[in-house]
Amino acid sequence: MTQSTAQSIEDLTQTALGELALLDNSDALEQWRVRYLGRRGGLTSILRGLSQLDIDQRREVGALGNRAKSTLEEELEKRSQEVSQARLAQVADLERIDVTLPGRPVATGRLHPTTQVVREITDAFVAMGFSIVEGPEVEWDHYNFEMLNIPQGHPARDMWNTLWVDYVNEEGQRPMLLRTHTSPMQARVMESMQPPVRLVVPGKVYRYEATDATHEWHFHQVEGLAVDEGITFADLKGTLYEFARQIFGARRQVRFRCDYFPFVEPGVDMSIDCFSCEGTDSSCRICRGSGWIEILGAGMVHPYVLRAVGYDSEKYTGFAFGLGPERIAMLKYGIDDIRHFYSNDLRFLRQF
Amino acid sequence: MQIPLSWLREYVDIDLPPQELAHRLTMAGVEVGEVTELGGWENCCVGEVLEVSPHPNADTLRLCRVNPGDGSEMEVVCGAPNVAAGQKICFARVGARLYNTHSERHETLKAARIRGVVSEGMICSELELGLGEGHEGIVVLPDDAPTGMALDDYLGDTILDLEVTPNRLDCFSVLGVAHEIGALTGKPVKVPEVQYQEDGPPITGQASVSVADPDLCPRYTASLIQGLEIGPSPQWLQDRLTRAGLRPISNVVDVTNYVMLEFNQPLHAFDLDKVRDKTIIVRRAAPGEALETLDGVERELNSEVLVIADSKDPVGLGGVIGGANSEIGSDTTSVLLESATFNSYNNRRTADTFRLYTDASQRFEKGLRPELAPIALRRATQLIQEVAGGVIAQGIYDIYSESDTPARKVTLTLRRLKQVLGMDVSVEEVNEVFQSLDFETERVDDASISVIPPYWRSDINIEEDLIEEVVRIIGYDNVPTTMLSTPIPYRQPAPMTELKARVKEALASVGLQETISYPLVSLEDLEKVNCTAERSAPLKVANPMSAGHDHLRPTLLASLLNTLSYNEGYNEGPFRFFEQARVFLPRPEQLPDEREVGAGVVSGLRSEPSWLVDNGPLDFYDVKGMLTSMLALLGLTPSWEPASGEENPALHPGRAARIMCSGSQIGVLGELHPSIAERFDLRYRPAVVFEIYLDDLLTLPAGSGRNFQSLTRFPSAHRDVALVVPEEVPAGNVQEILDRHRLVERVELFDVYAGENLEAGMKSLAFHVYFQSSDHTLTAEEVNRTLDGLLRILQRDVGATLRD
Ligand SMILES: [Zn+2]
Repeated sequence: MTQSTAQSIEDLTQTALGELALLDNSDALEQWRVRYLGRRGGLTSILRGLSQLDIDQRREVGALGNRAKSTLEEELEKRSQEVSQARLAQVADLERIDVTLPGRPVATGRLHPTTQVVREITDAFVAMGFSIVEGPEVEWDHYNFEMLNIPQGHPARDMWNTLWVDYVNEEGQRPMLLRTHTSPMQARVMESMQPPVRLVVPGKVYRYEATDATHEWHFHQVEGLAVDEGITFADLKGTLYEFARQIFGARRQVRFRCDYFPFVEPGVDMSIDCFSCEGTDSSCRICRGSGWIEILGAGMVHPYVLRAVGYDSEKYTGFAFGLGPERIAMLKYGIDDIRHFYSNDLRFLRQF
Repeated sequence: MQIPLSWLREYVDIDLPPQELAHRLTMAGVEVGEVTELGGWENCCVGEVLEVSPHPNADTLRLCRVNPGDGSEMEVVCGAPNVAAGQKICFARVGARLYNTHSERHETLKAARIRGVVSEGMICSELELGLGEGHEGIVVLPDDAPTGMALDDYLGDTILDLEVTPNRLDCFSVLGVAHEIGALTGKPVKVPEVQYQEDGPPITGQASVSVADPDLCPRYTASLIQGLEIGPSPQWLQDRLTRAGLRPISNVVDVTNYVMLEFNQPLHAFDLDKVRDKTIIVRRAAPGEALETLDGVERELNSEVLVIADSKDPVGLGGVIGGANSEIGSDTTSVLLESATFNSYNNRRTADTFRLYTDASQRFEKGLRPELAPIALRRATQLIQEVAGGVIAQGIYDIYSESDTPARKVTLTLRRLKQVLGMDVSVEEVNEVFQSLDFETERVDDASISVIPPYWRSDINIEEDLIEEVVRIIGYDNVPTTMLSTPIPYRQPAPMTELKARVKEALASVGLQETISYPLVSLEDLEKVNCTAERSAPLKVANPMSAGHDHLRPTLLASLLNTLSYNEGYNEGPFRFFEQARVFLPRPEQLPDEREVGAGVVSGLRSEPSWLVDNGPLDFYDVKGMLTSMLALLGLTPSWEPASGEENPALHPGRAARIMCSGSQIGVLGELHPSIAERFDLRYRPAVVFEIYLDDLLTLPAGSGRNFQSLTRFPSAHRDVALVVPEEVPAGNVQEILDRHRLVERVELFDVYAGENLEAGMKSLAFHVYFQSSDHTLTAEEVNRTLDGLLRILQRDVGATLRD
């Protein structure tokens, strides 16, 4: 009895190991495990028969059975490893997909290029201690012109062709307009607070102007103003130089030339050296061969403007500047026609 | 302003190359837009016409023998009526590149057989050389033109096209620009000397001049030339005018224009014989008066208009344009020449009134100095006699009401200079700058200088003007570059600016593309979205650019639908657009209420075409999902209420929702009304639109935004509940009842069903309900008790029963 039980354990072990060597996938291995090592498996049922043996035989055969069990378990583990190694070696072939098929579409949205550039510009100034304020797009003549040293009948009014609101007041005047610049906020803010003032005013502006590749009747402006005791033209140069480097890169050089805006004196405009050709290409499309690109107008706040808001123009000085985000965006991205900005063609918008 | 370099050279030596000169002027504030070279006439020279004979085969053509100055003789066919033997002309040899008036292109001249005669070159017109528009005849050069000289050397020139800012009136004149160049290059300026004989009778006996309204005409000067002869101007005068962009007319008129370009002073010549009683009165027009101006238009005058009148009627609009009744004609022999100063404000108003912007008014409106009037008068008087002959009357009229006004004196202190520029400039340097500009200077003390600006610089009035003169002449590069060193002011809070940025980012992050469109729209556009004038009349622009953009939009919807419709032409979609901008709501007597709105439109298939995606049209719930996520990014959990058609005429009446937060409406969402989709001819339906009112978001009570919820460490338990409710009960109401309970952490609606197995008129809503407590682990019993309680409330409030 003992002998034959021992023999059948030995036989079963040999048979099982023989089969195991031929198995090559995890399903078959599992079936094999159930067949020999499972609760109703071959080895288990042999061992279950031990209860009929006497105690010595039981110990002897039991030891034999446990040895066989661990042999089978070890071999199963070894074989499982081999099978999974072999499988992993083949996984590229077994699980290959066509990676050139398109991915699952995900909806994306982007900000309009003007929004992006306005933010870049205001961020640069916020980092230099400027606050952001905004003002009404429909303005009074008073703030848009008069407080800025551009009285009725001043020939400089021709610099801002104006869209007027169809509203006539009791005096028969037409005092309401679509702001031609964001400069009116200079007066509005200074009226409401004492120096020091450091602010930028982003926003939409309007002109009565025919459109072409470089002109729009609706565009954006960022106006800036810094007023305090001791602010000088040298500070204007430094602040705007720093701005130019923030936006166009640390290597940029700037150049100032005389220009005229009635609300500043002295007035200048600032150019940067051409980031495209660096002045080396006489047929450069960006700088038209001059090596320089005009990017903004600026100047020292006119004493008239300071007095109009009740500031002491002997004590306080300051500078103001104004620039066009669309122009900056056109330069940065090489956009050749300003009319792209507000036609809202997806083919344009998706490029930014 | 077109300024020929050849003309400038008469007053100042220029040794800079034109491009360098243009650069220096531009940097100093006199922007040179373009530098045009006149010339490049290869194979062209001054020629002499030796003989003119008829063409054997053509009546209108002539054969000319031309001496090109190299000892040869050329035979040339010429069709110009004004060609004559003995003339100096512009001769083009074969090989010259000229403008061909037939092909309207520049072409190389070839030897040609014209009606059987070989022409070995051409005698040129203005048009062919690019000198002007003239093509009726050939250009006739002065007799002293050296035969054989290359035409480039004889006629070549450089034209500076100046873009003058309104303050630099001086640079509207050649002499003004010459003074500027003198200051920039350190060269002296030669102002033309005026000398003439007054051989005629005293002017006072020949004509009478008076000024009745000196407030509008501070200075009026006049001279008289009698016995002159009107005719064409000499070539040099015509050339100068042409190159400066003016058309020659006749000798006397050309001189007035010439002196205007030279000195800046507009002048006017009256035919004295057409002036009634030879009397000039400068006065306001009387009501009802009219004048036919030189441009042939009859103008109704009013008492705000200053006229030059004879003893009875107006003969000119002062400082704007002359009258037809006193115009110089070919038979004029007596010229009363006017050189006056007019009130700039009134002058501009007159020009505005008649929309008549002339070379004269463009100058007067900017404020010419009265000192200039007699200077220019004498210069023009001399030139008229030179080119038209005649006798100059003795003396001039000079009626100057403010002659005793002290000279403009402006003082500059070095302290102020430093305060503004941030640098020290020595008094010597400052003085040198002013000297170079021909300013009269007086050193007040070691630290200040007084200046009397010359008459051509009417823009120098305050100390800061002088500071600008200093810095623009010494150069901006010489000013140091410093960072602001004053204390950084308190940063103004800008909640709306920040909210707008967050809203835009949130909308983009849920897949919407930002657009920006014109804030002006047409009434038709507004009517198309049922935003009719009866609801609220939008603000109108008085002078719109076009009929399509004449009203300030009270809604962004029309713009968005136009954007959608436009893009449907180029794209397959899906379309997900938003715009964040202001709408304008009119208020009586005030600026409009400008309200910040974020609005969007979504339509098309849910996804771009893909082999992976089972695609369907974007609908209300897609956009509701986007907005839910977008508002969650702002920290908001809104509720959604059915909205009526009356309050939202642009929306589908059964598919519109108010977006509510803390009891106030922050927006609206809905399908576009089918009839509106029809009007915009939209390809994809439905289009879903929304509006978020940023001003209302900003005024939400504190705490309705982001609020930290502690992360509870006790596990949640969940139950699935399928409820049967009447069809008309909004799912949101059921969800809200569940949500409201203290122990309910979150509710997810995972199934909506109506149909088989359900009673008619009923629907089933299935929820995952998650229970959680912040202070202990809930027992199964607690959860069941809570759920039972909730079911009783649901039964009572919305008639819900558990689905078996
Ligand atoms: Zn370049």
